[in-house]
Amino acid sequence: MPVLELFQEANRQLTICNSCRYCEGYCPVFRAIETRRDFASGDVQYLANLCHDCRACYYACMYAPPHEFAINIPKILADARAESYRRWSWPESLSRAFDHRFVEAALAFMAWAVVVLLSVTIVGKDRMFTRHLGSGAFYQVIPYVAVVIGGMVLFFYWTCVWVIGGVRFWSEANNHAPQLSSLTSVVGAIADALSLNYLKGGGPGCYYPKDRPSSVRRIYHSLTAWGFLSALMSTSLAAIYQDVFHWLPPFRLVSAPVLFGTAGGVAMTIGTVGLIWFKLKSDDVPAGGVAPAMDYMFLAMLCMTSLSGLFTLVFRSASAMGTILVIHLGFVAALFITAPYGKFVHVVYRFLALVKYRTE
Amino acid sequence: MDVRRLPSLIEERAFDILVVGGGNAALCAAMAARERGASVLLLERAPEHMRAGNTRHTRNIRCVRVADGSGSSRAYSEDEFLEDLMQVTGSPPNLDLARRTIRESRWLPQWMSEHGISWQEPLAGTLNLGRTNRWFLGGGKALANAYYQQAMEMGVHVRYDAFVEDLVIESGKFQAAVINVASAQRKIGARAVVVATGGFEANLAWLKRLWGAAADNFIVRGTPYNDGTLLAKLLEKGASPIGDPKGFHAVAVDARAPKFDGGIVTRLDAIPFGIVVNSQGRRFYDEGENIWPKRYASWGRLIAEQPDQTAYCIVDSKTIHSFLPPMYKPFCADTIQALAKMLSVDTNVFSQTVEDFNRATAGNANLRMERLDGLSSRELQPPKSNWAVPIDAPPFYGLPLRPGITFTYMGVTIDDQSRVVEKTGRPFTNIFAAGEIMSGNILTKGYLAGFGLTIGSVSGKLAGEEAANYARS
Repeated sequence: MPVLELFQEANRQLTICNSCRYCEGYCPVFRAIETRRDFASGDVQYLANLCHDCRACYYACMYAPPHEFAINIPKILADARAESYRRWSWPESLSRAFDHRFVEAALAFMAWAVVVLLSVTIVGKDRMFTRHLGSGAFYQVIPYVAVVIGGMVLFFYWTCVWVIGGVRFWSEANNHAPQLSSLTSVVGAIADALSLNYLKGGGPGCYYPKDRPSSVRRIYHSLTAWGFLSALMSTSLAAIYQDVFHWLPPFRLVSAPVLFGTAGGVAMTIGTVGLIWFKLKSDDVPAGGVAPAMDYMFLAMLCMTSLSGLFTLVFRSASAMGTILVIHLGFVAALFITAPYGKFVHVVYRFLALVKYRTE
Repeated sequence: MDVRRLPSLIEERAFDILVVGGGNAALCAAMAARERGASVLLLERAPEHMRAGNTRHTRNIRCVRVADGSGSSRAYSEDEFLEDLMQVTGSPPNLDLARRTIRESRWLPQWMSEHGISWQEPLAGTLNLGRTNRWFLGGGKALANAYYQQAMEMGVHVRYDAFVEDLVIESGKFQAAVINVASAQRKIGARAVVVATGGFEANLAWLKRLWGAAADNFIVRGTPYNDGTLLAKLLEKGASPIGDPKGFHAVAVDARAPKFDGGIVTRLDAIPFGIVVNSQGRRFYDEGENIWPKRYASWGRLIAEQPDQTAYCIVDSKTIHSFLPPMYKPFCADTIQALAKMLSVDTNVFSQTVEDFNRATAGNANLRMERLDGLSSRELQPPKSNWAVPIDAPPFYGLPLRPGITFTYMGVTIDDQSRVVEKTGRPFTNIFAAGEIMSGNILTKGYLAGFGLTIGSVSGKLAGEEAANYARS
């Protein structure tokens, strides 16, 4: 659907919601609708990112297709959300290129391949396939400086694009008027985000994959998100260990980085596999046009990152460690590169939408 | 067991009870009967996506509320409930049944929760009903989804697209239902039947017989499937009718609404904020007679009595944002004359009407919607008793109105065991009725918000239990 039509259609549907209001109890999207009378593109994108796609409203709607009013809020908001990811990321042309899942997949794969190939070249066959044991074993495969520089550059790029996107979101969602939020709103929004408060379908749970409410999707998502945070904690602790205390990896099995990393990796693997499985079983009608492709890519990448990380741990004393480590770093690089343009950005926009909702 | 794959079973009296209909009353009957051990087949005429009839458009239920000690102001007693009912409908034809329905309503929220219903706070702007009514999460379709899920888990068999055309009755005893599936007729036998097929508000030919050509301009707010087929058959086979045959409940809806199933979003709450003129450009009723929830239901009938069953609500830029935003954009013009042209009403008469109204309300300002503010017109026929402020701030807005029928009142008489009564006064042995088709025993005119579901739930449960008792004895 062309962008202009997309926003007109969203405005039409949201206007009907506004004269109905039966879904008010489900989530903040409907309560935010009620404070408006008209829905400009900034409003639509705010609501789109506030929506957690629990789909309760779709199954509850007596105007859902094939009714002639054809109300399908999860779908129109998923499309608006995908459009907001495109227009707020920097550079916009690159983010539009990521639209097509194959392009995204190809770029991700390329990043992965580049790292793998470079490593192989730098490392040489000998070191790659030899068993490395003891302190600093990983860096005998890939030089420490390569990991740090590569990681820092990607992380910096990723953060910059997210910040740019966040600023654009805030400006457009507030119709370009300056808007400040209180600390209470921000703290409240953090709690809403971490608890996935609005994936509860107003109480009984998320209507996913089909028309029966359950908490399972929320659990999968929590495993993924908390798992990711745990893995991030592991990486940060590892950095402190080696740069502050000069303890080099691999760390002992009962050390904090290994424990956080293992817990995070296992949680993310279960969570992402569960989410992919649910998505495969889910209804097509309330799903967005390009959103599922984006979701699958992101989930697959998270899953592969965590799996390959776990493998690195399991096989760290084996001669295959070098290969597995390089593959793992390849996936991490691919995740970083696609982060500003794929589903990963929902972290930024949904959080800001939650802050805005609390502020309103 | 999938009944679709076992058509032969259907011929063989495989079920104790047939429930005809698929809305709230039918579902309550099916679950109640199943809980008493009966095998139940529910025949829903609509396809799956349109199941549950007008239940899809409901949003709250009126129940007795017992004081919980945290302050008696929240209580809603049986007596108060009955008083509210008498106020709108006068004395119910079957006072005992009305009392019983109200008494039983106390236990409904708990029963509903046990059958899969979730709850929410009263919707914004409906605080006046917060004490008397309960809101189920997500509205009527969500309620029906939960009930269907629950019923099927309990072992109730459900068949969609199953249109029951007739009942085979021999010496006052139901034998079989004649259903039409994919244009083929088939008979399904059972020990008892619960008829919960709603009213006949969607039967345009029937309405036309009663109301003449005017019926062509009526809009049916709910399901297109309530055509009263079984109601007509039961009356034909000697059931005793109850309620005014011409009676229907109607509200003002946007004239651009679809003929069927537009539901809640087509209704307009603008009337108390402006004036209403007919297609000749004349006012015809006091727009500020009483607070809106109390007058809401009277405007359907008022508009039905106007030429072409059409009217226009006129407001100006002072009040356009004061009511719930309508689904359809209002017609908008900078002058009264231009608005008249857009609405195709007589420009001179319409201008005169607005001028007269403005003269009669000159100096009135600052209307207060939350109460009868006494801001009335002076020396005007008909008067506007409250919220009367001049229509003088362009742009001007016009909303076209038509009567939107919600439900019909006439149904079948039932006895204290929910059995349909014949004209002779004797009940059919094993034909039970629930929901809108028997609501005329309790409600003969007017409406009490959320009471339709109360009647449907209580009567559905009773009919299901009685039918199961009969079938299992």
